[in-house]
Amino acid sequence: MAMTDVLRPGYLQVRVLDLEEAIVHYRDRIGLDLVEVAPDGRAYLKAYDEFDRHSIVLRQADESGLDVVAFKVSSEAALDALAGRLRNAGITTTTIPEGEQPGVGRRIRFRVPTGHQVELYATIALSDQGPMINNPDLWRTEPRGMRAIRFDHCLLHGQDIDGTAKIFTDILGFATSEVAVTPDGQPIAIFLSCGMKAHDIALVRHHEDGKLHHVSFLLESWSDIGHAADLIAQHNMSLDIGPTRHGATRGQTIYFFDPSGNRNEVFSGGYQFYPDNPTRTWTADQAGKAIFYYEKKLHETFLSVVT
Amino acid sequence: MNAASSPPDVPDAEFRVTFGDGAGGFGCRPDERVLLAMERQARTDIPVGCRGGGCGICRVQVVRGPYRTGPMSRRHITAEDAMEGYALACRLYVQGDLVLVRRPAPAASIPARVTT
Ligand code: FES
Ligand SMILES: [Fe+2]
Repeated sequence: MAMTDVLRPGYLQVRVLDLEEAIVHYRDRIGLDLVEVAPDGRAYLKAYDEFDRHSIVLRQADESGLDVVAFKVSSEAALDALAGRLRNAGITTTTIPEGEQPGVGRRIRFRVPTGHQVELYATIALSDQGPMINNPDLWRTEPRGMRAIRFDHCLLHGQDIDGTAKIFTDILGFATSEVAVTPDGQPIAIFLSCGMKAHDIALVRHHEDGKLHHVSFLLESWSDIGHAADLIAQHNMSLDIGPTRHGATRGQTIYFFDPSGNRNEVFSGGYQFYPDNPTRTWTADQAGKAIFYYEKKLHETFLSVVT
Repeated sequence: MNAASSPPDVPDAEFRVTFGDGAGGFGCRPDERVLLAMERQARTDIPVGCRGGGCGICRVQVVRGPYRTGPMSRRHITAEDAMEGYALACRLYVQGDLVLVRRPAPAASIPARVTT
């Protein structure tokens, strides 16, 4: 349940090196439905349990990584109000006109201090393949692959994570669910929630700006994480780590890479968060346990390998 | 197809991948990515990251030998780099014995470790 005018992460636009192999990965392995490859060349996909038209946009480019993360807000009036608050804080906003992405209304785009492009929008067409609403079954047709329920969150890397987090908390109304800090109190990881999820976006300090650490999809259960691991093995997908569990957010997880090297996560579980909950804090000497609760250590490339 | 017209036994042929500094060396099949061949043989000559040409951690320079490459992030292999034999080992296919030098991408070479 949303607790702010920002409802949830709505869509991501991800750059891929080869659109065809990316579609096979996101459609047949993660299990998203391909809505269309539009005349603009981008592929639009959604998870079976999402009502909105699309949640993942793949754009073929000569470099992997993230174009934009977009959040859906509660109304056009809320969109105007949030845009005004951004401008009052000295943040430059640009308006992307309705229809730049098929089915999506007017969007407000701005750049956060870590170099990432963020968008807000209030209007997107409903999918005609969304969840049933009359005497609803679990699904219209049984889910494929890893059976992703929804695009859930992303983790972004950059230098000034404090500055980016401040925009999310002070202007967009997010709450800080968890933080990891150095001995002198400097945040090195910040988990932000706009609703009752343990995180809707997370930030990690990194020497390079504008980087994508991972795109995450929700699965139903720990046994579905095992099923995802079976598919990763069967299809020789590029495994990063898991199945395991996070200390931070408590999610049960497995990490792997799409064919262009963008890291993906599928996860289940995690706690429910209320905005009046105190922020949970991890000290840097416990960072291993915060990220991989069972292994209690990070492998060397987990934080340095990004796109 | 009769035996006389069969092509030579190419699929099983292995080329050698070695390093300019004299270290390491492993076999690689023509249809196999160099980084995956290395992992298959439990070697650690080149650091492994995304295995998809996105992160740049497996960047090498081919100093000798024929090869081809798949799609690689321009951020890590510029057009100029490619002309000088730079490649991402996870998108590198051998077409003969290769001699490589490890050249981690500048952006990927500083591990962002969480330490106290
Ligand atoms: S392992 Fe990431 S580019 Fe090769
Ligand atoms: Fe995650």
